Amino acid sequence: MAATSRLDTSPVAVWWRTVDRWFLAAFLSLMGLGIVLSFAASPAVAERIGLDSFHFATRQIIFTLPALGVMLLVSFLKPRQIRRLALFMLIAMLICMVAVLFLGVEVKGARRWLSFAGVSIQPSEFLKPAFVVMCAWLFAEHKRQPDIPGNFFAVGLLIVVVTLLVAQPDMGQTILVLGTWGIMFFMAGLPWFWIALLGGLGVGGGFVAYEMFDHVRGRIDRFLTGEGDTFQVDMGRDALINGGWFGVGPGEGTVKRVIPDSHADFVFAVAGEEFGLFLCFVIMVLFAFIVLRGLSIALKEHDDFTRYAVGGLVVVFGLQSVINMCVNLQLMPAKGMTLPFISYGGSSLIAIAISMGMVLSLTRKKPEKRRQMGLGASVPPHSVPAE
Amino acid sequence: MIGLKRWKKAKSDDAEAIVINGARKSTGGRTKTRVVMTMAVFFGIYATIAGRLVFYGLQNPDESRGPASRVTASRPDIVDRNGEVLATDIKTFSLFAEPRRIVDADEAVEKLSTVLTDLDVEQTYHKLKSGTGFVWLKRQLTPRQQADIMQLGLPGIGFRTEKRRFYPAGETTSHIVGLTNIDNKGISGLEKYIDDQGLADLQASGLAIASDLQPVRLSVDLRVQHIVRDEIVNAMQKYHAIAAGAVVLNAKTGEVVAMASVPDFDPNNPYNAQDKDRLNRMSAGVYEMGSTIKSFTTAMALDSGKVNMNSTFDARRPITIGRQTIRDFHGKGRVLTLPEVFIYSSNIGSAREADVVGIDGHREFLKRIGLLDRMKTELPEVARPTEPRVWKKVHSITIAFGHGMSTTPLQTAVGAAALMNGGKLFEPTFLPRSQADADAHSSQILNPQTSMDMRYLYNLNATAPGGSGKRATVPGYRVGGKTGTAEKVVNGRYASDVRFNAFLAAFPMDDPQYVVLSIIDEPKPEKPGLPATAGMNAAPIVSNIIRRAAPMLGVQPDFSQETEAKLASYQ
Repeated sequence: MAATSRLDTSPVAVWWRTVDRWFLAAFLSLMGLGIVLSFAASPAVAERIGLDSFHFATRQIIFTLPALGVMLLVSFLKPRQIRRLALFMLIAMLICMVAVLFLGVEVKGARRWLSFAGVSIQPSEFLKPAFVVMCAWLFAEHKRQPDIPGNFFAVGLLIVVVTLLVAQPDMGQTILVLGTWGIMFFMAGLPWFWIALLGGLGVGGGFVAYEMFDHVRGRIDRFLTGEGDTFQVDMGRDALINGGWFGVGPGEGTVKRVIPDSHADFVFAVAGEEFGLFLCFVIMVLFAFIVLRGLSIALKEHDDFTRYAVGGLVVVFGLQSVINMCVNLQLMPAKGMTLPFISYGGSSLIAIAISMGMVLSLTRKKPEKRRQMGLGASVPPHSVPAE
Repeated sequence: MIGLKRWKKAKSDDAEAIVINGARKSTGGRTKTRVVMTMAVFFGIYATIAGRLVFYGLQNPDESRGPASRVTASRPDIVDRNGEVLATDIKTFSLFAEPRRIVDADEAVEKLSTVLTDLDVEQTYHKLKSGTGFVWLKRQLTPRQQADIMQLGLPGIGFRTEKRRFYPAGETTSHIVGLTNIDNKGISGLEKYIDDQGLADLQASGLAIASDLQPVRLSVDLRVQHIVRDEIVNAMQKYHAIAAGAVVLNAKTGEVVAMASVPDFDPNNPYNAQDKDRLNRMSAGVYEMGSTIKSFTTAMALDSGKVNMNSTFDARRPITIGRQTIRDFHGKGRVLTLPEVFIYSSNIGSAREADVVGIDGHREFLKRIGLLDRMKTELPEVARPTEPRVWKKVHSITIAFGHGMSTTPLQTAVGAAALMNGGKLFEPTFLPRSQADADAHSSQILNPQTSMDMRYLYNLNATAPGGSGKRATVPGYRVGGKTGTAEKVVNGRYASDVRFNAFLAAFPMDDPQYVVLSIIDEPKPEKPGLPATAGMNAAPIVSNIIRRAAPMLGVQPDFSQETEAKLASYQ
């Protein structure tokens, strides 16, 4: 890597010195894989619905460029600016989410998409990073000054967001938001009493959902018994087994032609069939690396806001990847969830890019922290060279 | 390792930090524990995913993808004696579906039927809806059809490469080479013989690999075979017969050089191969061979030593036995010498010849020359001759002139070869056989002198005035033979106008190398007013075959004898 002179204080040079290059490499790898795999998975889907073969692949590339730009742009921001961006996004997206209930395009019985000026966006995707950052800020403020009712606001915010998501309805995002919020609150030092209570509520909510919603019950029953219409997940498993370690080769896969959402929810299985379990391993390791590295940075971080924000952002990212992969691998009941960076989806891609831009921004080496610590001799732990 | 060191480092930072900023770091410590716990949970989940991936990696891919190798068993090529290919394997593509992977059965059927117009729509739909793992939709498609189906881009269907038999010679060798079924197993002709020789076992054990299989070489000469078939097809048309057939047999080795029977079938499209009238009449049909059998009666009489070429037989009056009266077709109404009995084809004379050896001797002779037993040869389609259950006088008399006993044309020709070649009988073969091999596996059943006499008689029948085989002569090739015009049994009676004609010939008569037998079933007169006897239709078939084929068979023409004969007549 080209090292820049310490005397060079241009924003780019400073950025290059301070940005976490491991993260950057991981994100770029995932983006690249997303493009490659969109060529594998999406032509079959595009042809099935009568579009040009490379419709989705082309759009994936078109979306990747702004996503990359947005990610780098956001990574230049300072933590304070990140907070402002998040606040702005949160307010804007909450408005959009209210609007989506009235103006949204109904797809398969859910209103999730808002379309203006020929661009459709999914506000809930953009809401997630904003929500995470704002919650992190609220938790951090509460910790800094316990008389500020940060936690109370965080609970309120959660209720508002969940209400809007359930109204769409979007169960996947609801679970994701609830889970992330819970983990963040857990990391923020929630007493065990509350953990037990909220955990109990979660389990209870699960039971209620199982009893109340037929499709939830159906999916869980099918997962547990393996009976009924398990077509998609069975196909996913067959694809992975058929592919073996090194895959059947690009374009040779058959399952992508059969699974309706092969370019979105089942891209992992398609990758496995064509490029082998080996690539699945690589993808899995990339996600695990991002999540664990993010959490380990959060561990060593001294600023509470940064810690919670980085932790929360990688947790939402991680949860999404884990749910997607587990569904593909028949480790979980079927739940439509995109694989970050890899699955097709413009909103998802750009929103994830914003999230990861925030992660890059928040994990930049910050000389001011040393001052804050009052320990001039000590350097931030994560910047210690490995002996 | 690095992570661990950093973790330790972070811990030591903690210890330092607590001193400086106790209150803040105490909750920071709790947060760190929580973060570590979160990391542990995520690590656990990712480890589970990794474990699942390894588990999948150790699974074997779904094997229920249908029969892959069973149907692609290779067969050896079949070639004629000169190496011309008569049967070979070609690659075809068979369409299968995996109904479980079919997304839209309606669409699939609709699209497939645009390419496979003869597809049974309803049946295919039910197959696709069956939910099983594998069904054949259509076997053995052409490359063009395969390409068209691929263009449809249907999920859940695929192709297996299969071997299919192709017969370059088509109908010409259909009855000899035979057929295979859709799984490339021999079901008739020499294809079946090859399987019975162990190829089937080889295929079952998976050892039938195309490159390892030596071609199977036949004794058949494709050029001669073509001539033979061409002639019998023409004859069948010309004489409005229901069937015709002919065989060219090497008289010295028993090799079948050509054999055809029409109507036959196209082995490349054998939809009618099982039709009853398309059987191989030469080996799988039994007939009352008629007067051609008189060759054997005469040979029997001569071989018994009780008569010689100068013996005479009283043919003045019909023989009446029981309710039957035996008459002559070309009745001379006088005492005939043995050669006269032969060339005038006297039924009465033949009956008298049989009388000389007696009933038991008659049956024993026919048995010895192989006309009463099921012929042994490579071809599976061989019929068993029929004979009276108990031989009585009347049977001996009728059998003497070719009625009352049915045998196959091919074994008649084989018996005639023994009459011509000095008395050696062998099993006919469709595979090459050397002279030494033929000698080793033949049995001497006649006196060589009998054979010499028979050659004389055959030659005489074609050359002497009044001989019935005159129409078989070919200049230079010294053809001799015996006609046979048998009345066929219609509704339990012999009908005088429904005939089965044959001509049993050999050439060149000074040292016969080939026996040629033609048969024609229910011929009509070529033109109204002409007789439809064997001399008029069966003999010309033989003549045409010999005229066209003899040069290819390596028989030297010799015109000197005819010239001499002419000169002699001037003297």
